[in-house]
Amino acid sequence: MIYFDKVSKRYGGDRATALEDVSFQVEPKEFVSIVGHSGAGKTTLLKMLIAEDFPSDGKVFFESLDVHTIPRSRLPQYRRKIGTVFQDFKLLPHKTAYENISFAMEANGRSDDEIAENVPQALALVDLEDKIWNFPGELSGGEKQRVAIARAIVNQPDIIIADEPTGNLDPIATYEVVQILRKINDLGTTVIMTTHNKGVIDELGRRVITMDEGRVVRDDREGKYVL
Amino acid sequence: MWTGFKRIVRAGFVGFWRNAFVSAASIFVMTVALLVIGATLLIDALLGVTLASIQDKVDINVYFVTTAEQTDIDALQTSLEALPDVAEVTFTSRERALEEFSEQHRNDETIMQGLEELGDNPLGASLSIRARETSQYEGIASFLEEQQAQEDPQQPLIEDVNFVKNREAINNLTAIIEAVETSSFIAMIILVGAAITITFNTVRLAIYTTREEISVMRLVGASNSFIRGPFVLQGVMYGLVSGVISLLILYPIVVWLGPHTESFFQFNIFTYFVSEFGRLFLTLVGTGIVLGMFSSALAIARYLRV
Repeated sequence: MIYFDKVSKRYGGDRATALEDVSFQVEPKEFVSIVGHSGAGKTTLLKMLIAEDFPSDGKVFFESLDVHTIPRSRLPQYRRKIGTVFQDFKLLPHKTAYENISFAMEANGRSDDEIAENVPQALALVDLEDKIWNFPGELSGGEKQRVAIARAIVNQPDIIIADEPTGNLDPIATYEVVQILRKINDLGTTVIMTTHNKGVIDELGRRVITMDEGRVVRDDREGKYVL
Repeated sequence: MWTGFKRIVRAGFVGFWRNAFVSAASIFVMTVALLVIGATLLIDALLGVTLASIQDKVDINVYFVTTAEQTDIDALQTSLEALPDVAEVTFTSRERALEEFSEQHRNDETIMQGLEELGDNPLGASLSIRARETSQYEGIASFLEEQQAQEDPQQPLIEDVNFVKNREAINNLTAIIEAVETSSFIAMIILVGAAITITFNTVRLAIYTTREEISVMRLVGASNSFIRGPFVLQGVMYGLVSGVISLLILYPIVVWLGPHTESFFQFNIFTYFVSEFGRLFLTLVGTGIVLGMFSSALAIARYLRV
């Protein structure tokens, strides 16, 4: 489904290397955690996948499509196949929980009837039906992240990428978010998540790719967090 | 298509209200800018009318000898009217000239007595010539000088042309009018340019505050037009509201200024404001809308690059 083929990323000529010869493959319905110290290249890897950044060498494939050959005008359509979740939630502050989620559907060209039906369902999946008309400023960190997850899944994307989704959360909220991501994966959506949190990796017990200084140093199918 | 348009319009209105502080700040700055443009237009009109009234008071008078034939005068009048620089030629007959002279000096016994003693009308007919621009009198005077040069010295037609005497005053006035027009044009360009620059930067700042939101919109797969639309609409709303507010502010000002400008310039600025309201409305509101729209579109363009 996803294939990183000898991907390198260097900034400022050769002065800073973010990724070095990274290759790995992700199969459909997999749950892959990418771990590593700060600056290991985890976020850069995810940016490559959503075409927010471009590799200096190598290629990134999504379902046999070379991501970085997609014309700029077609990028919105491509990004609709991917749901994104970030450490800082990235919710639109002047929109309610409902509007934040419906915006993603509107951008996808969904009808008003579909939106009216699917948004409450997505909020129910993350257990936030009672916060539907709250603005992000009125939600806790864990609730914001659950709204962000609901927004990421509402268009039924092929894959969810989550960049440090539990980085700003307390242990209880972290547990809830991980459980939601696991549930989404169990329903058939591929999940790629970066994290620092050993507890999260142990809780999941799924595939772990370990990165260090821009290289993949370990690809463990049994959920081991080794640094 | 229609659904997308409807959503863009709704998002534009919602964004306008929910970003109330940013909207209010943008409208305030844009209102000030449009007030500058509106005031410039009104001052320009005032200046135009004042200069036109000064220009109206300037003319060249050609005085004919008392023995001049009416057909010769008519021929010269026709030639003058054919000149492109000439706006108007007015004929005053000998009899009319005498009437006006008598009326002017009816309280001066010496002059009236002198006229009676003469018995005959000592005044000749005359032509009063007004040019389109004061700078064109020089050309008309040259034409009259040529006509005089071609006359038979035994039977002269033209006795006097008063331009020669007034030449220096008219040339000075022409130079002053040209200087005032040029400097008012330069001032208008500078003020309007400053207003546009300030407006553009304010809208750019307003959009800068939402750059994070724009990046989120891109991440959820919103197309550029779907992202741009509400911001452009908000820019249009800033312009529309600012245009209306600037007209509402100008109204009491011109009501107050009207009588003052009437007594000083013989031009009532309030009457002008009312009679030209449609044009002023279109200019200010239209400028606001176009400014808001283009400022938003330009400002957001940099955040839509991948």
